[in-house]
Amino acid sequence: MLETLLPILIFAALGLAVIGAWRRVRLWRQGRPSAVPLLKGLAAMPRRYLVDLHHVVGRDKVMSNTHVATAGGFVAAAVLMILVHGLGLAQGVLGWLLLAASATMFVGSLFVARRRRNPPARLSKGPWMRLPKSLMAFSLSVFAITLPAVGLLPADFGHWLLALLLAAVVVWGLGEMVFGMTWGGPMKHAFAGALHLAFHRRAERFGEGNRSTGLKALDLDDEAAPLGVEKPADFTWNQLLGFDACVQCGRCEAVCPAFAAGQPLNPKKLIQDMVVGLAGGSDANYAGSPYPGKPVGEHHGTPHGPIVAREGKALVDAETLWSCTTCRACVEECPMMIEHVDAIVDMRRHLTLERGQTPNKGAEVLDNLIATDNPGGFDPGARLHWAADLNLPLMADVKQAEVLLWLGDGAFDMRNQRTLRALVKVLRAAEVEFAVLGNEERDSGDVARRLGDEATFQSLAKRNIATLAQYRFQRIVTCDPHSFHVLGNEYGELGGQYEVRHHSTFIAELFEAGRLAFAPWKGGNVTYHDPCYLGRYNGEYEAPRNVLKALGIEVKEMERSGFRSRCCGGGGGAPITDIPGERRIPDMRMNDVKETGAELVAVGCPQCTAMLEGVVDATAEVRDIAELVADALVARPAAGATHRPQAEEVI
Amino acid sequence: MRPEQQGVEVAVLVSVGRHPITGRARRADQDARGLELALGLERQLPGSRVSLLHAGPRGEESEAALRGYLGMGLESLTLLEQAEGSDAIPALAEHLAAAPPQLVITGARAERGEGSGLLPYALAERLGWPLVNGLAAVEKVENGVATLLQALPRGQRRRLKVRLPAIVSVDGAAPVARQSAFGPARRAELEATSVPAEPDRELAEWRLAPARKRPKRLKIVKAASARDRFKAAAAKAEGGSGQVLEGVSAEQGAEAILKLLKEEGVLR
Ligand code: SF4
Ligand code: SF4
Repeated sequence: MLETLLPILIFAALGLAVIGAWRRVRLWRQGRPSAVPLLKGLAAMPRRYLVDLHHVVGRDKVMSNTHVATAGGFVAAAVLMILVHGLGLAQGVLGWLLLAASATMFVGSLFVARRRRNPPARLSKGPWMRLPKSLMAFSLSVFAITLPAVGLLPADFGHWLLALLLAAVVVWGLGEMVFGMTWGGPMKHAFAGALHLAFHRRAERFGEGNRSTGLKALDLDDEAAPLGVEKPADFTWNQLLGFDACVQCGRCEAVCPAFAAGQPLNPKKLIQDMVVGLAGGSDANYAGSPYPGKPVGEHHGTPHGPIVAREGKALVDAETLWSCTTCRACVEECPMMIEHVDAIVDMRRHLTLERGQTPNKGAEVLDNLIATDNPGGFDPGARLHWAADLNLPLMADVKQAEVLLWLGDGAFDMRNQRTLRALVKVLRAAEVEFAVLGNEERDSGDVARRLGDEATFQSLAKRNIATLAQYRFQRIVTCDPHSFHVLGNEYGELGGQYEVRHHSTFIAELFEAGRLAFAPWKGGNVTYHDPCYLGRYNGEYEAPRNVLKALGIEVKEMERSGFRSRCCGGGGGAPITDIPGERRIPDMRMNDVKETGAELVAVGCPQCTAMLEGVVDATAEVRDIAELVADALVARPAAGATHRPQAEEVI
Repeated sequence: MRPEQQGVEVAVLVSVGRHPITGRARRADQDARGLELALGLERQLPGSRVSLLHAGPRGEESEAALRGYLGMGLESLTLLEQAEGSDAIPALAEHLAAAPPQLVITGARAERGEGSGLLPYALAERLGWPLVNGLAAVEKVENGVATLLQALPRGQRRRLKVRLPAIVSVDGAAPVARQSAFGPARRAELEATSVPAEPDRELAEWRLAPARKRPKRLKIVKAASARDRFKAAAAKAEGGSGQVLEGVSAEQGAEAILKLLKEEGVLR
């Protein structure tokens, strides 16, 4: 009986799955066009899955192995099942292979079940709780129906009742694994995820060591193009596809500083809300942690309805979008390679450019940027006042220099002026030929862009690019990772290509080249805070640590450091929009510092300095790397016997 | 019976502002507050209509500044195009008289040009309409009479009833202007009509010089304790030697003012 039933069941499930897939694809196609090479993407997909995706999943070894067993077993079992039971090719090795595949999948599903026993808070419950059972149903029933096929059991084994029972389990397994894959069950992640990898909007992020972190520019010349995203259908189709790929693993939630601070943001919920929006409906079925302070079930949306309501509630509240510090921790952790920050900034763009609803100090900061080219509204002619006694060479006078020192808006901030002065001292000690733009420099546009004001960003960027085009220099050096990121990764699209270095990278190079020498470190314990815009945005984790090592400092690492570093709370305009939470992000970070027992935390960013120094009753002092280096400077080896870098001896 | 609250026609006069530090053109702060007040009125009194009016030359810089008002959520602005240096008052008065709105709102003082703050007065005189300055809020409009809240120094408010049409001017006491959004500002229309320019002869003869900070009278505080110092700091600035003239003729009044100005060294 089963022999006749199985092909019917299998092909029925496949047929329904194809219909479901077609419907799902139609949902994604509601989005705006986005040009991606389809065939090339599909060809690159297996590699992206096996290398890039598993690189992220592999950070959790148990889960990674579980997934390999379950997913690998399933894919093999599904294909073989179609051959063996669908087309009746049971002879020979195929049946045995199918047994092996379903057994592997079963072992995997045991581990899935184990994790689901006491699931961590970050995991979604609801339908996800039945997934291990469905996996077992599928693998066990496929195993069982294959036994007669390979001759291990007689074909007429057991009672017809047993056969009926088995058929029911097969239906359950097929229902979840094949039908559910395209009709919106937990297995949807496999279908959407595979296509998402193939048609990812940032193909350049795949491959060893590659990253793609710059925001994409809005086309402001095309007056018909929407300014940002108002409704789910304003996302590009592959962004919608990406949202649909989310497995609700909650890794993003676990690292999100805003979520931890009790601000109304949870990146996982945000992505799920976008899925609700693209299909239409309410968030009542969401079974994970909510936005802190916002009960589930009160929001709803449609593909062509607003995401943020002008009045009342729609899909997402504006304060959710404004809580994000754009720290990219979620993107870094997401095994499905979803781009949360792009989505958040897209929606912010609409709020700022179309509605003029940048909260709190946002409007004032943007007005200042428009009128004075700096967020504080300071006289642009006062940009060099801190250096009145330093006689800094101006680009306008010298026209060319080896290094263009980009000051950033920290030039107006008394705390950061100390860092800048220290950096100038270091550059002079190493006899670097450098010059500054002085009053010709403007804000890089970082804050404007992250507050969604693409127009002001592009205006600042274009004028900066025009200024830079007048001079000749080999590289830009800056102590502000935000400027670093924007100049290095975001000006390119607008026509400005530069080689940019963070001061820590540059100092490390100077030291390597023997152009700096340091007195041995005599202070206490030191830890290092990785700025998001230096680390996750630009992959520079080593240079600052090398500089600290050169100073004779042994860094006591915080639990969350390197690519897992926790944000200071200062990015993305978050201190400007200032959405209230239960805790402050910098307080949590200073607590991380405290746990290492360090008396000093070395930083490399004016924002981090300001945020961390603003913590009351802190246990550690906050110093920029440039300051530590300037304090330790001694005359170079020619004058005395300080330790010589090895690089020089090799040459 | 509820008295009839009906919508009003509001015209907001806007100028090209000037940022106090960089001198860049922008929406003028007071005019933008005036528009904010008008938009609030539009919400409060359904059926109200707000229009924007500007008289002056059209240029890239001024257009960008004027679009700053449109970005607050209006679809168009009427631009009475005039040559640089023309007198705006006759053009505005003529336009307003041709299709009179019920309420004209304007900032108290422009940020560039003469900035004398005389425009609302001159317009009121020409049109023969009442004028209220320092407006903080429009409370209601009933049967052609508006109830207004006027701001006085030190946070005091005075309630006034004014028969419409009227001109009101706003200063820093009016609500802060909302953010100007790029999209609506870019889409909105500037409806330009050229008007005959009357060159401002008087202005042409003036000699313009950068403003100097006005000298400030120092308060001499003889206080023994912190409490006294605080009281002195919080007290109203009183001249002490002021006098109230009542029932005097215009000449006598003018004499007294002239005498005071001479004493203070304002006139020499
Ligand atoms: S967005 Fe990514 S990290 Fe977050 S729950 Fe979904 S798959 Fe996991
Ligand atoms: S970028 Fe950072 S703050 Fe924003 S959602 Fe992701 S983890 Fe949270």
